[in-house]
Amino acid sequence: MDIGTTAARSRAASRPVFPFAAIVAQEEMKLALLIAAVDASVGGVLVFGDRGTGKSTAVRALAALLPPMRAVAGCRFGCDPGRVAELCDACRDSAELVAISVPVPVVDLPLGATEDRVAGALDIERALAHGEKAFEPGLLARAHRGFLYIDEVNLLEDHLVDLLLDVAASGENVVEREGISIRHPARFVLVGSGNPEEGELRPQLLDRFGLSVEVRTPTDLATRVEVIKRRDSFERDPAAFLAHWDAEAEAVRERILAARALLPAVVVADAVLEDAARLCMALGTDGLRGELTLLRTARALAALEGDAAVGVAHLRRVAAPALRHRLRRNPLDEAVATTRVDRAVAELFGS
Amino acid sequence: MTEGAAPAAEMDGGRAALLLAVDPEGLGGAVLRGPPGLAREAWLAALRESLPAGTPWRRLPLGIPDSRLLGGLDLASTLATGRAVAERGVLAEADGGIVLAAMAERLALGTAAKLAAVLDVGEVSVQRDGLALCLPARIALVALDEGLTAEEAVPTALSERLAFRVEPDDLALDAVDVSAARTLLPQVEVPETLLPALCAAALAFGIHSMRAPLFALRAARASAALEGRGLVDQADAALAVRLVFGPRATQLPAESPPDSEPAPPEPSPEQQAESPPQAQPDSAMMEDILLAATRAAMPAGLLAALGAGVRESARRAAGAEGRAGQRQLSARRGRPIGTRPGMLRDGARLSLIETLRAAAPWQRLRRQQTSAGPLVRVRRDDIRLLRFRQTTETTAIFAVDASGSAALARLAEAKGAVEALLADCYVRRDRVAVVAFRGRAAELLLPPTQSLLRARRSLAGLPGGGGTPLAAGLDAAMALAEDARRKGRTPLLVLLTDGRANVARDGRTGRAVAEADALVAALPLRLFGLATLLVDTAPRPSPFARQLATAMGARYLALPASDPARLSAAVNATNRAAA
Repeated sequence: MDIGTTAARSRAASRPVFPFAAIVAQEEMKLALLIAAVDASVGGVLVFGDRGTGKSTAVRALAALLPPMRAVAGCRFGCDPGRVAELCDACRDSAELVAISVPVPVVDLPLGATEDRVAGALDIERALAHGEKAFEPGLLARAHRGFLYIDEVNLLEDHLVDLLLDVAASGENVVEREGISIRHPARFVLVGSGNPEEGELRPQLLDRFGLSVEVRTPTDLATRVEVIKRRDSFERDPAAFLAHWDAEAEAVRERILAARALLPAVVVADAVLEDAARLCMALGTDGLRGELTLLRTARALAALEGDAAVGVAHLRRVAAPALRHRLRRNPLDEAVATTRVDRAVAELFGS
Repeated sequence: MTEGAAPAAEMDGGRAALLLAVDPEGLGGAVLRGPPGLAREAWLAALRESLPAGTPWRRLPLGIPDSRLLGGLDLASTLATGRAVAERGVLAEADGGIVLAAMAERLALGTAAKLAAVLDVGEVSVQRDGLALCLPARIALVALDEGLTAEEAVPTALSERLAFRVEPDDLALDAVDVSAARTLLPQVEVPETLLPALCAAALAFGIHSMRAPLFALRAARASAALEGRGLVDQADAALAVRLVFGPRATQLPAESPPDSEPAPPEPSPEQQAESPPQAQPDSAMMEDILLAATRAAMPAGLLAALGAGVRESARRAAGAEGRAGQRQLSARRGRPIGTRPGMLRDGARLSLIETLRAAAPWQRLRRQQTSAGPLVRVRRDDIRLLRFRQTTETTAIFAVDASGSAALARLAEAKGAVEALLADCYVRRDRVAVVAFRGRAAELLLPPTQSLLRARRSLAGLPGGGGTPLAAGLDAAMALAEDARRKGRTPLLVLLTDGRANVARDGRTGRAVAEADALVAALPLRLFGLATLLVDTAPRPSPFARQLATAMGARYLALPASDPARLSAAVNATNRAAA
């Protein structure tokens, strides 16, 4: 097979994606993903749990749902023309920036990826054909301002995890290899999914996820029947199924847009700030990251619900996903983290 | 095929091959469990003959590197043409066909996860060697599982995505027009009652994954298509649940359905076409039939175990995946420490700049030799590979004395100590394995794993009592250590015992003979150079434990009061000595 690297970038016949709005139950997972779509600064979602619960379906469905964003035309990193401080070097040097509307990238990082494709590397084609040193952007560049999704994130090779940790912390990808020296912005929402039975996640990586969601298979018969029914009718006739859910999908999209518009105006009263701080102190979470995430998540939730102020009800709903993976924990405890958060919430805010 | 007689359960294996041929992509594939031999070959031949001519048929050898599995840069062509040439992997080559995974029970978890991802989306995403490709790979996977014990099984992440589990034996195959069935498949309808019945049956048998009822539904459809019917009937549903639910069942339904409910006679296709609504049983009745069918298909041993209420054992068997050959050490890991000339083999990473640099001085000379050719002439001996230094992974083997004497003393404390150590291993990303010895023999509670969740579970379920077969425990630990070293890991042994050996290797009881055996078993450990920590759990330090530690070349640590911090410091010291 003889395919040039650039031509091969295009996806193979794009398959229809199961619509987000049609996912049955799994409310916590759906809420966490919506929150990340509303406010990227919440910092990523980790979905851990049973097999066959539609973890990756939900993440891939989110991609189809996201409203488009503005980007600099011709920029390899999809720079935001509205944020001058975050432009890449090429955009900063150019005289005039033309803004176009592009889909929000949702980039899959497959397990078999090599480091050069993740971080970006020397363009082999041009090096060989013309003897030029040119940088070929990798997946991190493509995921800039969007989502980077890793299925089976706990099986990701350690050297890739190291790379991700560094970039996720700094928001910048620095490539120093094969005679190339380049840095470009790489701010993305990290979304990971996996099954804890197959291996643990490194604590450092765990910490990079803003929200952590646990999914369980539904045990209620009616829900299970509905899951299979929808899945089956989607597979039998994807086009008709998508058309059927089109209105609902549009409603979710508008909800995200409305929430984003409302987000800056959502106020957090001092009393709520104190509540959040007390909750984190009661749980003994490390550092301030937990409190920050808790507040941001609660604010995004309030925006999603159309509320102008964050209340205790919002805190209560997001406490578990925002904090359960931050407890100074015995790594051997299984579900205890969630119970501890719930107990602390009940003690502080009443049940 | 028009005669409506439902095939007997014994013919299900052959039937699975036909169903798979009808809907390979929807059913995902099958686990074919059993030794290589005529039966397996016959099953594969039946599948292959039923597929349309020219369907791709590829075999994955065990330990296939990512470059062949997923694809990557075709180095020879790239160098010859002077531009990047992609090489398709086996999965992309097999698009629309069947992939056979040889010795699937030894499949690395990472490879299984990659296969699972391809099965999920029907395409393979290549992000390797500077290539970014997304190629269609609508495949069905047949995992050839040659495992002998329950622990040796295909990784659950993969087997979960394959509809069938077949143990091929005698095949009785009738000639069926599979191509007609493939055409009919999209039109096959499903009665309203089937879906709730399938879901209820799955729940009743403790099958939690949502994939199982979906597979059963597709299998029932394929079965109807195979029979030339436009509507799924009871026989199709019964066959589907036998094949899909039977091997997946983890429990018996709470209240047993009527024992010998005969399946209602199946209406002939003509009747059915005339009056389908009347021919359909209601949901509850359908459910009973499905329960009976699943029950019939469950392995006998499992049934007995479940009947005795030992549900945990089945769970453990189901969860014990990826026993051997987990993630291989990768030549890409570690810190790069320069380059070396060599062949670009799998896993090795090309240092492009160094390669081009090596080729540069010869360019004029090479151009003079042959005028036509690429701009840059790179030859095999120019190739430079990156070198890496890496610290090998550690496998910590815990051999726990669970005998009566130890249990009386402080099995609970020993468990607590092990848990503290496990937490430590978690931080260091070690693998852990747990061997327990009690009664007459040693038992491998947990094969080497990184999942501490499972380690903890296996410990929590550890009963105490019986004699102390110390020698057997040492032998088992030694076997694990050898295995770990073969896989390139550094083994480390933590032996928790009170030193009161009283069962010899051959099962005889008696302190003297047992102690002598233990000392004999300790010798290979020392010769092997295994870093060992002996934790004496006896209330008072026992002289024999100390003697044994000397024989094993182990560090000796008495555990007078449970002090996890001290224990973990000792393990750290042992680990440093091992590295």
